Amino acid sequence: MKTFDAIRADLSAGTTTCEQLTGDYLRAIDAGKSLNAFLSVFPEKALQRAREVDKKLRVGKAEPLAGMVVAVKDVLALQGERVTCGSKILENFVSPYSATSIQRLLDADAVIVGKTNMDEFAMGSSTENSAFGRVKLPQDESRIPGGSSGGSAVAVKAGMATTALGTDTGGSIRQPAALTGVVGMKPTYGRVSRYGLVAFASSFDQIGPFALCAKDAAQVLNVISGHDEKDSTSADVPVPDFVKALKKNVKGLRVGLPKEYYGDALTAEIRNAMEKKVDVLRSNGAVIQEVSLPHTEYTIATYYILATAEASSNLARYDGARYGFRADGVRDLAEMYTKSRSQGFGAEVKRRIMLGTYVLSSGYYDAYYRKGQKVRRLIQEDFLNAFKKVDCLITPTSPTTAFRAGERTDDPLQMYLSDIYTTSANLAGIPGISIPCGSDKQGLPIGLQILGKHFDEATILNVADFLENAKE
Amino acid sequence: MSVTIQDVEKIAALARLEFTPEEKEKFTRQFNDILAYMEKLNQLDTSNVEPLSHVIELKNVLREDVVKPGLTQEQALQNAPAKDDKFFKVPKVIGEK
Repeated sequence: MKTFDAIRADLSAGTTTCEQLTGDYLRAIDAGKSLNAFLSVFPEKALQRAREVDKKLRVGKAEPLAGMVVAVKDVLALQGERVTCGSKILENFVSPYSATSIQRLLDADAVIVGKTNMDEFAMGSSTENSAFGRVKLPQDESRIPGGSSGGSAVAVKAGMATTALGTDTGGSIRQPAALTGVVGMKPTYGRVSRYGLVAFASSFDQIGPFALCAKDAAQVLNVISGHDEKDSTSADVPVPDFVKALKKNVKGLRVGLPKEYYGDALTAEIRNAMEKKVDVLRSNGAVIQEVSLPHTEYTIATYYILATAEASSNLARYDGARYGFRADGVRDLAEMYTKSRSQGFGAEVKRRIMLGTYVLSSGYYDAYYRKGQKVRRLIQEDFLNAFKKVDCLITPTSPTTAFRAGERTDDPLQMYLSDIYTTSANLAGIPGISIPCGSDKQGLPIGLQILGKHFDEATILNVADFLENAKE
Repeated sequence: MSVTIQDVEKIAALARLEFTPEEKEKFTRQFNDILAYMEKLNQLDTSNVEPLSHVIELKNVLREDVVKPGLTQEQALQNAPAKDDKFFKVPKVIGEK
């Protein structure tokens, strides 16, 4: 498994070609079929593109991602390919256009190798909710890789792609990155265009990279970031060079440890692993201080009210009329809607549509939805206040390491609590990155999360890169 | 606040979903668990807090109305479960009952 820097060195030394690399990744995908990380793979198309990239490399006209082979979560549209969202309701949907993030990767000469498995409509924390079977953790196939972008995390961990794109609505990039042992980043809301991303909760969803190291994540972010007129919520703010932001230095950096994130839910092993990394920063000149995010205990409730409300509205479009699955033998239009949706959606998606419909319904709107929006502001203010004192925050990514398949499927609330450290970034709209932070005594990866100010991905990437390379 | 099977049926009708009697019972139980958990927001006094609907400041985006190429009719119909020439085809709506 090689980072993009190593790949580029090989390419310029002439010891490999983009075609060879793509072939290697395709063989790894084939060898790792039991992990169920991919929903579709395009060997011929990928090899064809790789040959075109090789031609450009030979004449010195290649774009920045030449030699990078990328897997993309199957919630992002790629023209002429299926986008299933892990759902039976979109099983045969072929996209007539490409997502902006994917188009930018292609324009930068990346090769797209396939689309990865996921919790249906990105709803889940274990990638067990896919209509096409669960994704397995490469280190122990009886365990889950986290979710919802479990397929993308596994693709990078198992050497099936150089990097991958996922989406993060409440932790769906960072939590699987932590549980599989790779780097996963959720940029600031608005940093990356959502055009061509099938919506789950529009005020939360954000696209971001999985990679073997922070620098690779920075290279991908450099390409996919920036305003897009096709997404009016994409922010029209300058995009710095995130690779140049890796300063190899944390002197004077003010790091906050939010005390609410180090409570009883956290295992001692994860706590100890975190402390070691914090010590590394301290001994290299960072200033560590405890901070408080007083509304932390309300994040899960707020998140599941607002995100399900948005989901119930976004998923109203699946009616069996214009695209997607339509139930057989229906007598009238109303029955077509009800039967198509009931047979097309899986249990967790239905549960969230129901919850969202409930919190938006007449009589409950103020008690739940509006209340949730108000608490969302309090949660965001907690972060804005903390960032007056510190430049970034360090927390665990997940309260536990990878759990066993089936362990939490019967108790939705228990599954929702897998996200206690990640949903706050989506509620506040701030960027976050999870990086590997050792492993527990069973050898399962632990993740460390770094949270930053709005549009300050540069700082958290620098800290991530520093911790990767520094000695403990 | 406690949710009954009748509430679940009403919400299902609004969401255009249907469930077996066993699923309804399971949903009612899970709903009550989840909503009880959400009740904790009522510990907070939010009477002077403005609701937050956009995490970054959004401006209304205006542009000239220019004609640009979009999906062709063929592309728009390519994923239709049923079509008739240039149209999406659905079960009969008018003239029943």
